[in-house]
This record gives sequence, C-alpha cells and structure tokens, in this order.
Amino acid sequence: MSASPKSGSGLPLPSFRPSLAPNPDGSPWWARTFRITNVRVVSQLFFFALFVFLLSVTWLSRLKGYPASLFLEVDPLVSFATALSTHTVYRRLWWALFLLVPTLLLGRVFCNWACPYGTLHQFTGWLFNIRNNKNRIDQNRYRPLYQTKYVLLGLFLVLALCGALQIGLLDPICLLVRTFTVAIIPAVDLGLVSLAGQGLSAASNLVFKPAAPEPRVFAGAWFVGALLVGLVGANLLVPRFFCRVLCPLGAFLGVLSRWSLWRIDRDVTKCTDCDLCLKGCEGASDPQGALRKSECFVCFNCIDDCPEDALSFRFNPLPSISRLVKGSPKDGTATLHGLPVISKNLGVEVKAPDVPRRRWILTAALGVLAYPFLRYSKDVNRRGFHPKAIRPPGSVAESEFLERCIKCDQCLNVCPTNVLQPARLAVAGLEGLWTPVMDFSVGFCQLNCTLCSEVCPTGAIQKTSLEKKLGLGAFAEVGPVRLGTAFFDRGRCLPWAMETPCVVCEEVCPTTPKAIGTYDEVFTRWDGKSVTLNKPYMRPELCIGCGICQKECPVIDDAAVYVTAVGETRDGDRTLLLTGKKSA
Amino acid sequence: MNEDRRRLLKQLGAVAGLSLGAGYVSLAPSGWPLSLKDPDGERGKPRGTSLRLPEKGFAVDPSGVLPHLGVARGANVDAMLKAAVDAIGGIHRFVKTGDVVLVKPNVAFERSAPLGATSNPEVVAALVRLCREAGAAEVRVADNPIESPAACFARSGVQRAAVDAGSEVYLPTASDFRMLETPGATHIARWPFFWRPFQGVTKVIGVAPVKDHNLCRASMTTKNWYGLLGGRRNQFHQDIHGIIADLALMLRPTFVVLDGTRVLWRSGPTGGSLSDVKEGRTLIASTDSLAADAFGWDELLERKGELLPAYFEKAAARGLGTPDWRSTNVREIQVG
Repeated sequence: MSASPKSGSGLPLPSFRPSLAPNPDGSPWWARTFRITNVRVVSQLFFFALFVFLLSVTWLSRLKGYPASLFLEVDPLVSFATALSTHTVYRRLWWALFLLVPTLLLGRVFCNWACPYGTLHQFTGWLFNIRNNKNRIDQNRYRPLYQTKYVLLGLFLVLALCGALQIGLLDPICLLVRTFTVAIIPAVDLGLVSLAGQGLSAASNLVFKPAAPEPRVFAGAWFVGALLVGLVGANLLVPRFFCRVLCPLGAFLGVLSRWSLWRIDRDVTKCTDCDLCLKGCEGASDPQGALRKSECFVCFNCIDDCPEDALSFRFNPLPSISRLVKGSPKDGTATLHGLPVISKNLGVEVKAPDVPRRRWILTAALGVLAYPFLRYSKDVNRRGFHPKAIRPPGSVAESEFLERCIKCDQCLNVCPTNVLQPARLAVAGLEGLWTPVMDFSVGFCQLNCTLCSEVCPTGAIQKTSLEKKLGLGAFAEVGPVRLGTAFFDRGRCLPWAMETPCVVCEEVCPTTPKAIGTYDEVFTRWDGKSVTLNKPYMRPELCIGCGICQKECPVIDDAAVYVTAVGETRDGDRTLLLTGKKSA
Repeated sequence: MNEDRRRLLKQLGAVAGLSLGAGYVSLAPSGWPLSLKDPDGERGKPRGTSLRLPEKGFAVDPSGVLPHLGVARGANVDAMLKAAVDAIGGIHRFVKTGDVVLVKPNVAFERSAPLGATSNPEVVAALVRLCREAGAAEVRVADNPIESPAACFARSGVQRAAVDAGSEVYLPTASDFRMLETPGATHIARWPFFWRPFQGVTKVIGVAPVKDHNLCRASMTTKNWYGLLGGRRNQFHQDIHGIIADLALMLRPTFVVLDGTRVLWRSGPTGGSLSDVKEGRTLIASTDSLAADAFGWDELLERKGELLPAYFEKAAARGLGTPDWRSTNVREIQVG
C-alpha cells in the first residue's frame, strides 16, 4: 500500500537512520515520508477512531453533549433518502452538507479518507494481501459487476419515494453502527471483562458499556456477525468488494462526483501505459486510461505508484484531449502542445456511472414492484400489525416509522436495559428487519429514560422530553406515552393458579397510582396452610406498557404478565379503551 | 535406504507418542498429573466457590449501658446524624482509624430524591463524611438496584453525593457476584452476593429510607440488604417475610441509619408522586435494625397499633433484634 517506497523513481529505501539530506530529485527530506497517501492513512485512522469513540460515548454515563450519531447525520444518503420518504429533513440531518460539499468539489474523498467501513475493508485487504503486483493490477481493473451498487441505490431510492426506507440494509454507516452495536461491542466487552477478571484491571476501563449489569444480548447477533465476516472477508476475493460492488452511499457519492471540480489527471505526454497505477487503485477507476470519476475513491495510490510522474490531482483538467492532439498516436507522431504523446490511450475521463439507461429503468421498475411486496406482507401492514412489534417511546406511527427508521440501531446501543432488540423477520418482515422493538424478556423501558429518542438521527423515535414521555406539565392533558398494554395470564400466575404468593409485578410497577392492583384473599392451601394471596389485575387506563412487570415476573420463560402493542399511543387506530382516548 | 528407515522410525515414533499420550490423559486415575479421566461426568461439572461473611457479622461489642436507638429530630442532616450516632456511642465506637467501611443505601429505583423511593443523598453524604472524619481508610457505597444501576445512582443523586463526600461508588456487573453461604437461612442458604465491594471490608453501615411496601408492608433497614443479592430475586416474594428474616441473619451490620427525612407512606416501594411522600425530619441510628424498623413503623409510617409485619417476629425469634423498641434503651434528641 502507501507504505511501500516509491517504486522505480530512483529513491533509496527509507533507512532507519534519519537523514535530513534532500532527495535526489531536489525535493526536501520530509517529502519522503510526508506523502499525501500517508496523510490519508492518518485521516482514515482519525475518522475510524472518532467513529469508535462516538459509539463508546453512546451510553448514559458518557453521553454528556457529544454528537453521538454524528456519522449518521453527515451521511448524505440518510438525509436524501429520508427527505424522499418524509419530505422533510429531520433535526441535524442538514449536517449532510458537510459531506456533500467536499464531494462536489473533490469527488468521493469520503470513501477513502473518512468512511470507517471503507477503512476496515482497505485494512483487511492490506493485512491479508498475498498477491504479486501483476495479480494486483489485474484485480484492480474495472469490471461491469461494479454497476451493481448503482442498481441497488436506484432500487432503494425508488422504495424510499414509495415510503419504504431500506437504505439502512447496506448504507455503510448504518451497517457498521448496527454491526458494532449488535455483534462487536458485546464481543469486545466479553473479552475485556474476562481479561479484567484475570487481574488485568486496566481492561475494565476500556469496556464499551461500563456498569452494564449483565452482558448485553441481541436477537440474531450471529447473523449480523456472520454478515460482517462475509462482507469483510470478501476483500480477499475482490479487493474493496463491498465498496465497489454493494455500497449505496458510494454509489450516491459517485453520482454526485460527476460534477466534482478536481480529479486525477493523466499526462499522456508522460504516461507509458505501464499500468502500475492500477497496483494500489482502491476504487478500480481506470487511472491508466479514461478515469471513471464515479469510481475513484481519491486514495492517491496511483499518483504514488506512477514511475513517470504522469498522474496528478488537478483542478478542472481538460475533459478531452483528443481534439488537441496533433498527428496519430498509432505511428508515434502525435504531439500535445508541442510535446510528443507517449501513451497510446487518449481517453482522460468518464464522468457518469457506467450504467446503461435501460438498467436505470429496470432499477426503477424493481423498486416499484418491491414496495408492495414489502409493505403488503402482513407483519408491517396496518391490517395485521404484530403484537410484539412494540416500538420505543417517542416513535411515530408504524407507517411513518418505516419511512424513517434506517436500522442503524443506535437506539439499541444507548438503551441501558438492553430491552431494545433488532427486529427479526418473524416480527417485522423484511421491511422492518433490524428495526428496534422491545423485548421485555430481556429488559424493560426505564421510566425516566429517553435516551433512544436523543440519539435517533432520523426521527423514527422523535426527540422526546421526559415531561412528554410521562405526560407531565404541558403534556398532562395528552397523558403519558404508552408503548402497549400488559395482560395477565392467570393460568401461569403464581397467586392465581398455584396458591403461591408473589406480586413482584405490582411492586415494580412504576406508575402512580400503580397500574397493577390486587384482590387480596386469605386462602387455605392444599396442605392446610393459610396464605394471603394478592391476586393481581390490570388497570388498563394506568398501564404505560413499560414491561417491567414482564421482565421481573418469576415465570421467566413465558411470563405470566406480558405486554403487547395494543393500546400504544403513537397510532390512534391501535387504542384499546374507549375512554381516555387521546390524540397522540 | 538410510533416509527411508529414518523416516519410518520418525513416523512410528510420532504415532506411538501421540497414542500413548492420548491414552495416558484419558485413562490415568484422576489424581495423577495431567489426568483428564472422568468416568461418571462428575469431574467435568463446574465447581463454584462460595464464601461466608464473618461469624459475628460486622457488629462491634455490645454495650450494657448505651442506648440501642438514637433518634434525632430536626432539619440539619449533618447535625441530626451526628446527634443520633452520638446517642448510641458516637462514631468512634464503630469506626476506627484504618477501617474499610461499606455504606449500603437503598437506590433500588430511578427516582429523584424528593420522591422518597431511595435513600436521601444528603444523609448518605453525611454518613460518608462521618466515617471519613472517624478515620476510615476507605468508604464504599454500593447497591444492586432493580432498574439500571448507573441511572438509579445518577437520578437519585446518591452517585454525586457519595463521590463528593469522599467515597467510591460500586455499581454491580455480572462478574461481581459470588455464592454466599448463610448457615441457618431458610431460603438463601446459598445465594449470589454482590461481593466485589465487600473485599477487605471491616464495617458495614446500612442507610435505608422509610417506605411503604406493597407486599411486606414496610421496607426499612432490614429489607435494605435485599440490594446486596443478585440472582433470581424475583422469587423472594413467594415468602417475603421469610426472606427478610433471612436477610437479617445474613448481614449483621455495624449499625444502621433509618433515614426518616422523608417518608414514602403509600404506593411503595416505587412511589412516583410527591403526594406519596411526607416530611419526616427524623434520623435514627441503631445497633438493632428491628428496633429501628419498629420505631419507623410506629412513629414515621404512623401505623402504631397495627400488627407489625410478620418478618419482625421471624427475625426476633432468631435473636436478631427487639421489635418492641419501647422496651429498649432509647434516646431522643431535638436538633436545632
């Protein structure tokens, strides 16, 4: 990669003894190490570290004022796709301008300078590289397969326009935040905690979730983990496989970069068509011929690798030189501005993505077809909503939720009780896959907590004050946010069915007055002993569906009190009671 | 020829070595070195280690003359606590230079302090300072709440108060628990115990609010030890009085502070509304937690005349205290 010495330019290998002598070509000594590709590596490390840091502060004791969802909020695909689906730009999504502007000026710099997922792919490819130079050059030639990402982008954008937001399946930031939350962070914490248990107490300072009472678990973590291994492992077969083939954000930035003002420019009077520029080309963007602007990651490896100094990153280079070349390149008589043209290839740039117009039409047709396939699956349809699709407090009604949720799972990451889980196919269908649902066998919605609404970048969970969640102050009229309603299964309840005192549910019920009451009864048991049984019942007007009763119920495998989504206040059609009906 | 023979001998050696090695580790009797033999599966089972607290608990030597119950009424928490502790012998009777003191507040729920569901952070801080002034080398504050620990400690204000007063707060994580043996206990003879903050501890002081409780009627200093346990605590309600009597047996503190600055008189143990709370303006220090709790029942929850909850009698039957607080030596002080 960039660490390799500049080949063929006559420079000595960097020695371990620092020498301040100038280079043979007259450039100062620091040009040996202070190369643009090294600056790029530093930038990549910085942004990767920032990404991990922001994930680690997505936790109550560390959140302070950090913009925990920064990477998601500067992701222009997130803001553009949600603007298509909701016709609005939520809260801080305008921050995408910070990425849009550099892309319009410089091209896809994000991909190879800042994207943490791109860095992970590049690092993996570099670490396990066993190819020789010739093989690497072949692997980095452009292939038509790389159109796939544009087809996926088109599909996702048409779906978004219809109201089904699916970019989060493959958007690299959403995908990586989700992978960290669901698979990597629990794994890292497991390792660090066991190291700390072995006496290495410093390890406990590094855990992502300090003071989490239990190791965190997530539904389907194995699958998210397997996807990580598969997608990152694919770099061994095709370098930057995800970035080149699948990444919809890369495709989006690729479309935008057709207007970029700077690009890699090849000087045909110097280029000998040796193809060494392809050796480290991350984007497979054909720098040896007509540069594919939409594919170029601006990694600058080609400039580094060119033995003839024929490549440079230039402002507004000529779009076409064939008209300016005099003579014929075939018989070697061609000249440009009076200099002999050495390269046989006179193409200099391909502006737009290499997707034929009929493919774009196919893409749009696929999107229009996919929408009804997704939405008219029963689980996410108004008519057949799933009783366990219980959304976090502050969530908008289901159809709007699916217009907004990007499955990034930041809400899962910040949730202190681990109640938020990535929805499985069985609960939310393909459309709602990995969106947040509450599983009260794992945790419960803590009464005084609104952290998930704080970190949600797209407003699927709207920023909700505690007053609003609890129905206090100005919200007293509307009442509290209800997530669902709790029900008793009297056949499994200890006082109702087993002559055994219990009512943990009533003790932990956080509303005041309590939503769980008891019928108290002095009872003679089968063995003749007298017991006081407090048989619990629900007061549905008071229940907010927080699920702590279900979490604490001693019938742990299939609780005797359980919450379902009916009665949730986010959707006026899903109320349970006639009385107390309030507009959400 | 020579090379072929050498290769054959090497291969034979490798085969023989591996089979003999495998045969040894799987067949050698279990006492032998490197033996893995396990004919009935017993050897392969996990073997948990368990621990015990000191035989006499953390109590100091009893005194024949000093009051068991010091009751201070007033508004200044520091002065009240000092007066109440002075009444039972003063802090120097309990905490000596170099002691490592564990203070156990009740931080079970994520409620702000005025809602009365948790120990008053001012009282916790005053207690920490008192121990510090008495020369404690280290003061630790620990509880295993029902709701998310970090959030409970933060919202109740106990985290900040405890740290500012000079103690270290221990939040429970899964690896902090060890099996505790409590001989004679009915239900919790072996139960996971929040062990990490107890390492090296020489004195234990409980500081519990006065709370109504849906099932056991009243949650005060004895019920407070619930927060030192882990595991399947949600089974405790099946015999809550038996459990509280077990808790009294499990942990015998140096002394307890009953925090009657506020009284959660209904909707306990969670509360949630200021209308569930009334001013108590009282702090009790006691070497007898049953007496302190009975005082709280009569005077703070104002349930005098009602039958005491069953756990008092069960614990008293084990000789763990005197629910009839009037028969003990009580000193009441008005502060300011």
